[in-house]
Amino acid sequence: MVSALLPLTLAGAAVQRRGKRLIGPIDLVLEGQGVTAVIGPNGAGKSTLLKALHGLERLSAGNISWACPRGDALHRQAFVFQSPVMLRRSVLDNLAYPLRLTGTPRNAARDAAAGWCARIGLAGMEGRRASVLSGGEKQKLALARAMITAPDLLFLDEPSASLDGRATREIEALLRLAVDAGTRIVMATHDMGQARRLARNVVFLRGGMIHEKGTAPEFFDAPTTDAAKAFLAGDIVD
Amino acid sequence: MNDLWDGLAQAFWLIVSFDPDLYEIAWRSLRVTGAALLIACFIALPLAAFLAVQRFRLRRGTIAVLNALMGIPPVVVGLVVYVLLSRSGPLGVLGLLFTPTAMIIAQIVIIVPLIASIAHQSLRDLWAEYHDLLISMNATRPQRIATLLLDGRRALLTAALAGFGRGIGEVGAIMVVGGNIDHATRVMTTAIALETGKGNFALALGLGFILIALSVTINLAIHALSRTETGGRW
Repeated sequence: MVSALLPLTLAGAAVQRRGKRLIGPIDLVLEGQGVTAVIGPNGAGKSTLLKALHGLERLSAGNISWACPRGDALHRQAFVFQSPVMLRRSVLDNLAYPLRLTGTPRNAARDAAAGWCARIGLAGMEGRRASVLSGGEKQKLALARAMITAPDLLFLDEPSASLDGRATREIEALLRLAVDAGTRIVMATHDMGQARRLARNVVFLRGGMIHEKGTAPEFFDAPTTDAAKAFLAGDIVD
Repeated sequence: MNDLWDGLAQAFWLIVSFDPDLYEIAWRSLRVTGAALLIACFIALPLAAFLAVQRFRLRRGTIAVLNALMGIPPVVVGLVVYVLLSRSGPLGVLGLLFTPTAMIIAQIVIIVPLIASIAHQSLRDLWAEYHDLLISMNATRPQRIATLLLDGRRALLTAALAGFGRGIGEVGAIMVVGGNIDHATRVMTTAIALETGKGNFALALGLGFILIALSVTINLAIHALSRTETGGRW
């Protein structure tokens, strides 16, 4: 299934803050299916690029367009932040929240949320405050909260940063479920193993610009730029 | 020192003897401040949330004015409300001067800035925490405001209780617009002022102790009902 909001096109997009260019100019077309991994050193602009793609960052130059009107597109996208933001509510109410925003009746939203609680291994914790969950549980909850509306496009900003192997495996299982359900994913990550396991395409950022991009096998097996080669070899790349 | 003991004894006696005048003015105090608080919350809390989520040209100025109005002298508020409600004033036809309604209006004017300002401080912090999430979820402005008000309800309760404390202890404005008329607009604070003026310090102190007890009891009851300190951080 190909989403009605894709292709998402960035043309000459740049983001500036207080006179400093964070990213750009960037030309990027997102289409097709699967996972695109956005990788690069710290400060390369990965998070800013994701936020720009999601419409959270205002472009200082260039433009962004979807195959459908912007208003529709923004309702068919979701974003998971590196540090999961928990609403000061119960686990169940956190999950039900996006559905309530779209007008789903309270009981239906809570039923759907209870189903997701079970899927992410939080059954029995529905009434618990979300703020007291562990880091891995919070990240799973944030991911499930983003997926509960079945978005066409899902942005993930380092979804498994500072999580242990088990939590990372659970997050990746959820991401595979999302991909199987037809959700297009764009994910910033520092975890090259995760990028290799999940990504179909890779965008390598450096200094706020796309330095190299391609399919995952091409990028990981035969990077063309010296910086990408060094980055994959574990060398320090500025 | 004797006056203090006499005051405590008077307070005890007024309560246990079910003094009808005491219960009447205590009930009036609660009604006036309760009504003022309810209306003030309906104005101040959404205003605080709006100021937290909305950016506009005069936002900083509005917040500064709100903060400044926290310290507005009640007697000045009373005077302004008096002028507005007096027969020759623009709202004179309503005939509200020297009624509990006039006292409620004065208290609303006094406590709205206080509640809004305290609430805004908490909601601003909550908004900083929620900002990216709610924007990413495409929550509309009313939905953002509703979310802040719901999730920040415990901090808002503190703001409301601060408003209650200011209202129930207020004397200057309600004396001016209420007139301290026996069986009509006399409340705890104006009764205390009257008894002090008459030299009945023991009775005035007794009323004062009852007023403090009333305020503390209401605060404790609201905290207990809302389980403010039992739920940890939300």
